[in-house]
Amino acid sequence: MNVTMKLMATSCLTLTATMAFADGHMADEMTIVSWGGAYSASQKNAYHDPYSEKTGVKIINDESSSEAVAKLRAMNEAGNVTWDVVDVVASDAIRLCDEGLAMEIDADTQLADGDDGSKASDDFGDLLVSDCFIPQIVYSTTVGYRTDLVGDTPPTSICALFDTDTYPGKRSLEKQPIGNLEWALICDGVAKEDVYDVLETEEGQAQAFAKLDTIKDSAIWWSAGADTPQLLADGEVIMGSTYNGRLFALIEEQKQPVAMLWDAQVFDLDGWIIPTGLSPERQARALDYIMFATDTQRLADQAKYISYGPARKSSAPLVGKHATLGIEMAPHMPTDPNNAKNTFLYNYEWWADYRDDLDAKFQAWLSK
Amino acid sequence: MSEPVIAADGRPLKASLNRALRRQKMRALALIAPLLIFILVSFVMPIADMLFRSVENEIVSETLPRTVAALDAWDAGSGETPDEDVFNALYTDMALAVEYKSHTRLGSRLNYETTGIASLFRKSGRRVGKFDTDVYTKAFQDADPRYADPQQWVAWMADDSIRAKLPMTTSAYDDWAKMIVEAENDVPSEEEPWDFVYSALYNDAVSGAELPVSVDVSGITPVSLRTAFGDIDDKWLNPNVWRTIKTYSPRYTDGYFLNSVDLMKGAEGVEARPENEQIYITLFIRTMIMSLSIMGMCVLLGYPIAWLLANLKDRTANLLMILVLLPFWTSLLVRTSAWKVLLQQQGVINDILVWIGIVADDNRLELINNQTGTIIAMTHILLPFMILPLYSVMKTIPPSYLRAAKSLGATNWTAFWRVYFPQSVPGIGAGCILVFILAIGYYITPELVGGTKGVFISNRIAYHISSSLNWGLAAALGTILLTIVMVLYWVYDKIVGIDNVKLGG
Repeated sequence: MNVTMKLMATSCLTLTATMAFADGHMADEMTIVSWGGAYSASQKNAYHDPYSEKTGVKIINDESSSEAVAKLRAMNEAGNVTWDVVDVVASDAIRLCDEGLAMEIDADTQLADGDDGSKASDDFGDLLVSDCFIPQIVYSTTVGYRTDLVGDTPPTSICALFDTDTYPGKRSLEKQPIGNLEWALICDGVAKEDVYDVLETEEGQAQAFAKLDTIKDSAIWWSAGADTPQLLADGEVIMGSTYNGRLFALIEEQKQPVAMLWDAQVFDLDGWIIPTGLSPERQARALDYIMFATDTQRLADQAKYISYGPARKSSAPLVGKHATLGIEMAPHMPTDPNNAKNTFLYNYEWWADYRDDLDAKFQAWLSK
Repeated sequence: MSEPVIAADGRPLKASLNRALRRQKMRALALIAPLLIFILVSFVMPIADMLFRSVENEIVSETLPRTVAALDAWDAGSGETPDEDVFNALYTDMALAVEYKSHTRLGSRLNYETTGIASLFRKSGRRVGKFDTDVYTKAFQDADPRYADPQQWVAWMADDSIRAKLPMTTSAYDDWAKMIVEAENDVPSEEEPWDFVYSALYNDAVSGAELPVSVDVSGITPVSLRTAFGDIDDKWLNPNVWRTIKTYSPRYTDGYFLNSVDLMKGAEGVEARPENEQIYITLFIRTMIMSLSIMGMCVLLGYPIAWLLANLKDRTANLLMILVLLPFWTSLLVRTSAWKVLLQQQGVINDILVWIGIVADDNRLELINNQTGTIIAMTHILLPFMILPLYSVMKTIPPSYLRAAKSLGATNWTAFWRVYFPQSVPGIGAGCILVFILAIGYYITPELVGGTKGVFISNRIAYHISSSLNWGLAAALGTILLTIVMVLYWVYDKIVGIDNVKLGG
């Protein structure tokens, strides 16, 4: 009996201790969630380290952004949100805002004014696509191609993706409808400004899928951002879409014979949200961090480490050289005038409505 | 009847024994209690909770209780937009839901069924507070200042006879007061009711109810909320949107399960989904067939290795065992990526085949991003789960049996097939169950090497859990998968017998 009592007492104690530990969010620590890899490293250098130095707050990096929406919902249901600030793409921010999982933020009172004196709401402009979202960078999904495999006529238009006669070989595309359907329509003769109106109709969707049908046999579908760079480096594909930062690393850091197309690049945004359900102290600290990390200088600093464009207009003139490669970063930004001759900002509101439906159709199309 | 046997303490022996046994049982139970509670709390409850989501659908009736009740009278098949009553109810429900920020959540829920509802609710939430219903508020307050007095409202709403006369106002006021306390942290007795309460009061008055302070409502120009909602977005005038709300208004739904088998609730009951959206049945079948192929491959490849392991000298066997286990200790992602390097068209295997001259350079084999890739990579990953139970069972088969069979005149094959193989069947059974069950739940490897035709149903479950947040559908798909596994297990038990499964000794 004695042993039993002891055993039970021990397990009770352990349980209580675990709970106490799990609950004891240290006063001077905050957990920031991001994507990991080079991207998290650039945030650590540009935001986390200066912030820790300034305030003494220790920042713990969590690399769960790819499943942030699901995890935040689970945490919220369990009533124990352990994250303070979360880095998500704009479409996820809209979803989180819709679900009541991210708090609304007033740009003008809760974010820093631009260095040039502009109000935050003007400085970010129409990149504030959701009430809960503080944009950080503009990135783009664009196409890279092997310079040694395209012959004497390097592609200049996005429609090279669909031109298997001139550019035979495999192409890698993202395994989702977003981006691909728009490109398919543009290359099927639909004007850029009409794309979403056309995609709303059954016939328009059929038209887009029919265009994709023409390259279905030569497409490799990727789901991780690292796939296309690997496929390009191995010569497995002749061209493929991926995030512009990945192509930058492939071309400038790994010196692969790859060039960027930039034509009809699809702009997307990545930024911060603050979860709902934080204690007032943690919320205040998260807001303080956001105020610091999204000011003009900090956003410009991040571009030293990764080739994504700062979301504030006032940051653009401050973008300098890459921290280790020493090359000028401005020409590598997706927002640079030379690269942004023909761009596409994907329509978040539209996709929030059509994503469920078109994803089902896209998956059905893929498996046929 | 014989006398009951008495124990030493004078009680009947049976009772005494029972008592001693009970105490023992309790003690045993107390000992395993921590584990039992742990399993219940961390395993059984979450799974049950998750499976329950496949039918749970309270969000509609909780967010729009009045609308759902008002829709009862509306005929979904009529092809007409509901009448003003429904829009009045919707106005009150939306005004409250916006304060709780639950309207957007409902919007994304209903968007799974009808495209466009997500933005419809988001947009309407922003505009619902700006309707012209303040004319009611103003009219009542101008007619009698008591209508602007929060204290007076509290007094009225505490009076049962008034409550009985003003059903709509009472319900709107009660929920308003609750919201003021919960969402705004204020006190109802200090706050003037919001426009939607006056709107409800007006509707009560028009339907002939006696007001606490009589007001002539005939002078008020009514505000058509139907027009107001229609102005936000004409989708509100689309009967299809209303049919979706009505169809999904019950607290429990079979909609997710219908969706999981490529069906849907149409205008006239259950119907098949359009062909360009059918995917789940295909995926279920593919998952089963591919898991069975992977299991078969594992038996074919694992059996000889396990036999070698069991029959070699200990030193060599140990070395081989490490080779079997080594990949087991390597990260799953690393192994899967390694297969990419090996199998891709410019990969090692194709390079070698081209170099030998078996395949032409311009006609390299497609070994990855299809079902072949998934089967190869997953067979490799799951092989140890087949070899280990096989090995531990074969280890217990005495080699003397084979020798005895041969000395009685059996050929090598007969000795193996009639004597050795039947004794190793429990190992095959255990290995097959392990491999099959692990295989149908895999999604990382199929996602990375499966291309379009090599993905499993679990990939869709993972997508709905982490990306689309359609947890109801994910739960329904998961429940079906779980049921299939249990049925197969039952069939296996009937045919082979679960007692014939051995993981060792």
